[in-house]
Amino acid sequence: MISQIFILSSKGDNLLYKDFRGEAGSDVQSIFYEKVTALAGDQPPVVMSYKDLHFVHVRHGGSYWVVTTTADASPFTIIDFLNRLAALVKDYCGSLSEKSLQMNFALIYELLDEVVDYGYIQTTSSDVLKNFIQTEAVSSKPFSLFDLSNVGLFGAETQQSKVAPSSAATRPIQSSRDQGGKSEIFVDVIERMSVVIGSNGVLMKADVEGEIKVKCYMPSCSEMRIGLNEEFSIGKSQLRGYGAAVRVDACSFNQAVRLDEFESHRILRLCPSQGEQTVMQYQLSDDLPSAPPFRLYPTIERDSGGRLMMYLKLRCDLPPKSAAINVSATIPVPKGSVSLSQELSHTSSAEMKQQSRAIEWKIPHFSGGTQLSALFTLEVPGLSSASLLEVGPVALSFELPKLTVTGLQIRFLRLSPVQPGPSQRWVRYVTHTDSYTIRI
Amino acid sequence: MPYLSSEDTVKELRKTLANPSVQSDPLRYRNAVLRVIRALSQGVDVSGLFSEMVKACATVDVVQKKLVYVFLCCYAALHPELSLLVVNTLRKDCQDSNPMVRSLALRNMSNLRLPGLLEYVEQPVVAGLRDKAACVRRVAVLGCAKIHNLQPNRDVDAAVVNELYSLLRDPDPVVMVNCLRALEEILKEEGGVAINKPIAHHLLNRLKECDVWGQCEVLSVLRRYQPQSEEELFDILSLLDASLVSSHPPVMAATLRLFLSLCSGLPAVSVAALERVRGPLLAACGSTSRELRFAALCHLQLLLRSLPGLLRAHYKRFFCGYTDPAYIKQRKMEVLVELVNDENVLILLDELKGYCTDVNTNTAQAAISAIGRIGRSYSDKCLEILTGLLSLKQEHITSAVLQTMRDLGSVCPQYNNTVCLALKGCKEVLSDSQGRQSLLWLLGVYGQKVSSAPYTLEVFIDGVRSETSPGVKMELLTTAMRLFLNRPAETQDMLGRLLHYCIEETDMSIRDQALLYYRLLHCGIDETRTVLQVRRSDPLLGVLIGQPVEPISRWAWRFNTLETLEESSAETESTNRRSSEHVTFYPRSNPGLSDTLNFHKFEVVPLGLDSASRCPDPSADAPGSSLATPLSLSLSPPVSPEDFERLWLQQHSLHSEQGAENREQEDELNLQEWVQSPAVPDCSPQSLQAAMQLVNIQTLAFTPPHTLPWRVYLYTHTHHTQTENNPHSTLILGELLYSGEANQREELKKSGCGSGMNVEGGEEDVDHKQRRDSAKRERGEQVVKVTLKQRPGDIKALKDFLTILTTVLQTLSSERT
Repeated sequence: MISQIFILSSKGDNLLYKDFRGEAGSDVQSIFYEKVTALAGDQPPVVMSYKDLHFVHVRHGGSYWVVTTTADASPFTIIDFLNRLAALVKDYCGSLSEKSLQMNFALIYELLDEVVDYGYIQTTSSDVLKNFIQTEAVSSKPFSLFDLSNVGLFGAETQQSKVAPSSAATRPIQSSRDQGGKSEIFVDVIERMSVVIGSNGVLMKADVEGEIKVKCYMPSCSEMRIGLNEEFSIGKSQLRGYGAAVRVDACSFNQAVRLDEFESHRILRLCPSQGEQTVMQYQLSDDLPSAPPFRLYPTIERDSGGRLMMYLKLRCDLPPKSAAINVSATIPVPKGSVSLSQELSHTSSAEMKQQSRAIEWKIPHFSGGTQLSALFTLEVPGLSSASLLEVGPVALSFELPKLTVTGLQIRFLRLSPVQPGPSQRWVRYVTHTDSYTIRI
Repeated sequence: MPYLSSEDTVKELRKTLANPSVQSDPLRYRNAVLRVIRALSQGVDVSGLFSEMVKACATVDVVQKKLVYVFLCCYAALHPELSLLVVNTLRKDCQDSNPMVRSLALRNMSNLRLPGLLEYVEQPVVAGLRDKAACVRRVAVLGCAKIHNLQPNRDVDAAVVNELYSLLRDPDPVVMVNCLRALEEILKEEGGVAINKPIAHHLLNRLKECDVWGQCEVLSVLRRYQPQSEEELFDILSLLDASLVSSHPPVMAATLRLFLSLCSGLPAVSVAALERVRGPLLAACGSTSRELRFAALCHLQLLLRSLPGLLRAHYKRFFCGYTDPAYIKQRKMEVLVELVNDENVLILLDELKGYCTDVNTNTAQAAISAIGRIGRSYSDKCLEILTGLLSLKQEHITSAVLQTMRDLGSVCPQYNNTVCLALKGCKEVLSDSQGRQSLLWLLGVYGQKVSSAPYTLEVFIDGVRSETSPGVKMELLTTAMRLFLNRPAETQDMLGRLLHYCIEETDMSIRDQALLYYRLLHCGIDETRTVLQVRRSDPLLGVLIGQPVEPISRWAWRFNTLETLEESSAETESTNRRSSEHVTFYPRSNPGLSDTLNFHKFEVVPLGLDSASRCPDPSADAPGSSLATPLSLSLSPPVSPEDFERLWLQQHSLHSEQGAENREQEDELNLQEWVQSPAVPDCSPQSLQAAMQLVNIQTLAFTPPHTLPWRVYLYTHTHHTQTENNPHSTLILGELLYSGEANQREELKKSGCGSGMNVEGGEEDVDHKQRRDSAKRERGEQVVKVTLKQRPGDIKALKDFLTILTTVLQTLSSERT
């Protein structure tokens, strides 16, 4: 049972407030913000109490989405609801930035009104909601000529139009209905990997959490069939065949997915509703089909002048055609390090962050099969051998576009009945790092 | 309107809203209303525009209507008389042909929260219950609850309640769920909606139709239902099995909670359910939403309290990612500590070591104390890491390490030397009081062996004037006194200065303590020594490896509640308790436990006689029947380490007070015997504990392997089913002692080989201690002394128990050799 819902910007401005039951005071926002700012650390605890009022909050796009409740509610339900609400708002408004929230507050009020009544969640299905929501989203992006560049002459497919711009999937779902927006469907395979590599180069831990998301901008779509790799297997027991078999440990599907063709042909059938939904989630641990994408060969020395020399060689073991982008390596350095001098390969840059006591080495583009090196020299007053304990572990973050570490692929994507008019189907793959730690 | 004050804004808006040309243009009118709502959500007081907004309500534009309703629901309470005008419009809308308009009007009418207008609201709400559109019925059902809650003193309207009960069969699942919610609110005083068998089965059958939120609601209401037969219960459980492994965490959590409450009498089924949710909960731990990850982690911690082995293979899932926020990292470390075992300890410590230098000081300190907790069972490696950390010479790390060493030092006395070495190197000034207090405590206890202790102490005493924390001052006093007892020459002068200063202190507790010490010194050095150098009851008894497994019912009520996520959980309580142990001394501790065992009178109990006085049916105790009745052991109710210690000592004092003459009235039985089990003292505590738990014996405290004397404390409950279905249960407390002496062999011979038993007379035991001490170094055959205390006494149960215990010990030792 939800008493109130409010959204605060990261600076504590009220973006939205709705009281469903009238049982708690209206000064809750300031109470909450006081509690938040009083606490140190990067995020206050998810559940906080004030008298007999509980605050449960999640953070999206910098803002606080808060539910207050007096009764004893299920934390899973409230947290999941807030996430779902944010996803709905994102579907309807295009993005979750503070600006977009401010511009679309009327739409969000309307959504909230339909989603929650008297503190009880009524529905969060976008299929149901689309009949009730009347307000048009105000898009914060101005019209851009760049969007037009994707359309070839006479509608012919240009090279560019084979790749959807990254902003394509961040527009409000409703514009498709009236403004003649493209009828598009996006299928994203997103994998997050968390890896720990020991100081001796041994892979200590490798987990992959993956999901298939469908974002649908089609006003009506009766059925969609998603074909996965035929050699896709679940669990450890199954024998691996020849060739590139794809295996995951566990796998779960959205309730709406029909699995009658899954066992025989690895086909998922569903009727996508407008907006974004997760079709399938899967996990794989400890048994990656390929080598971890990055390895680090560090040499760390103390020279006679009390300086710390770090020679780092970072090697990318991806197939030569692939590349990692936005690679950033964070190397913790001893406390009190004052100056940094560096020798880097030309494409990368590095700087020292005093606040987080680390060097951040950034490589915008890193092709598979290559390696980069960096030499950092640090002035550390009072450097002792113990200070070396503070160096490491190196944390890497990167993005692997057009690649899944598990090897999961979408064989085909069919819509039935065939859509009238032009419709576009996009399949995108990306692997992010959740946490990629290399010990030194 | 960034440059206008709020009053100007309101004025400006009023002008726009009242402008006829704006009113005639729907788009401009809507925009004006939109601006009002924007001002409202930014916190501007726009209540003055109420009458203009009421007018704006009468429109065909649904978007504008919705906006106005947002406004009206906000301010209706301030303008009850003007609201009457709105009600008219709303009532008209309730007759609209468009169901969306009807539901909108009905919802907002019931949302006005004006008791005065209820007479106008009631009729449309009741009519709405029979509307043909589901969306109107959904609103109307909740409307009934809103109306009811607005009139707290009115009786429950039976007609409405009946209508709502019948609407439970509504084809729309949301209407059904809303009925449950409304009935829960209306019938709150009667304990909520009545769940009888037909309703429960109806709800269960329709569970699949509901969405996630509806399912959670239904599942939580069903917790009140009591299945009438075991068969029905299992039918329900198998029906719910699919939701138990649902990919939606809310459904999974609600189902598990229902499972636990349905199976409260069937622990085996509950355990199976917990194992079933392991997968979904682990998946939630890897969710993209960090708040959800946090919730899942907190709940996994609950599960671990009853099933410590649940996640044994998955410990790597709890390694911290560098993007994890601090509060998740801390929870993960708490879980990691629970998952330590012989195989993974090195990997885990390596991982935790990496966190110790985290930029976030809280994370770093949590990592250090996590290492300390692992140190209770694997002290060598942990102390090595901890001393290594001291060389970093960083304040927050040193402070945390000292606190951890204090906690660890008192439970693992064999590592004192390492701690002393570490103390020697520790010279920097600590700014936080907890760290200083720990340093002082350590100096007080180990000061004898740390050569630089008086110098460190002198720095503290010289700075006492600028010391702000009273806790540190108290600790300083005690430390100075303790050090004085050991090294009077070096410390006499500074102790004098300190006492002099503290006696003039304004803080009462410090002054009193200083005066106490001063007077104590007057009484003479021996008196002082007896007061200050008291040992804890038994330094070895503190070693608790693994909390006893808690029954699920202990925490089941907390599952899936907000309380689990709040910080003040049991973990922090237990750490508080732990650290306070070192400040206060237990008054009961004066006679060390090992001494107390010596004046025990071990009774020679004639078979059957002793228990006959207590058993309702003496014939049931005849030797023949005891063979026929099987003995069952169980761990419930659990005995906490404190209770154990109390009972153990209490039983002793009973003996010593009453003496042997009135032992017939005593409700307990003591037994001592020797079991030959060569390799048991070398067993790892884990394997011993696991073996004991197999036969339902709970081990409470251990000394680490290869230490002398080696001790284990354990307990269990016995249940003898008597002939006339009168269950007779007893509590057995036990101690296993191996002190490494060889001179027990003659007793062994007397009692036959190995498992033979010997119920001893008390007199034989008097000079035990001396013999043991003299033979301490002599390593002979490994014979474990078993001391058992039973209450109420039942000699057959005790003997049966002993046979079980002997079997376990011998199995263990045969495995080792």
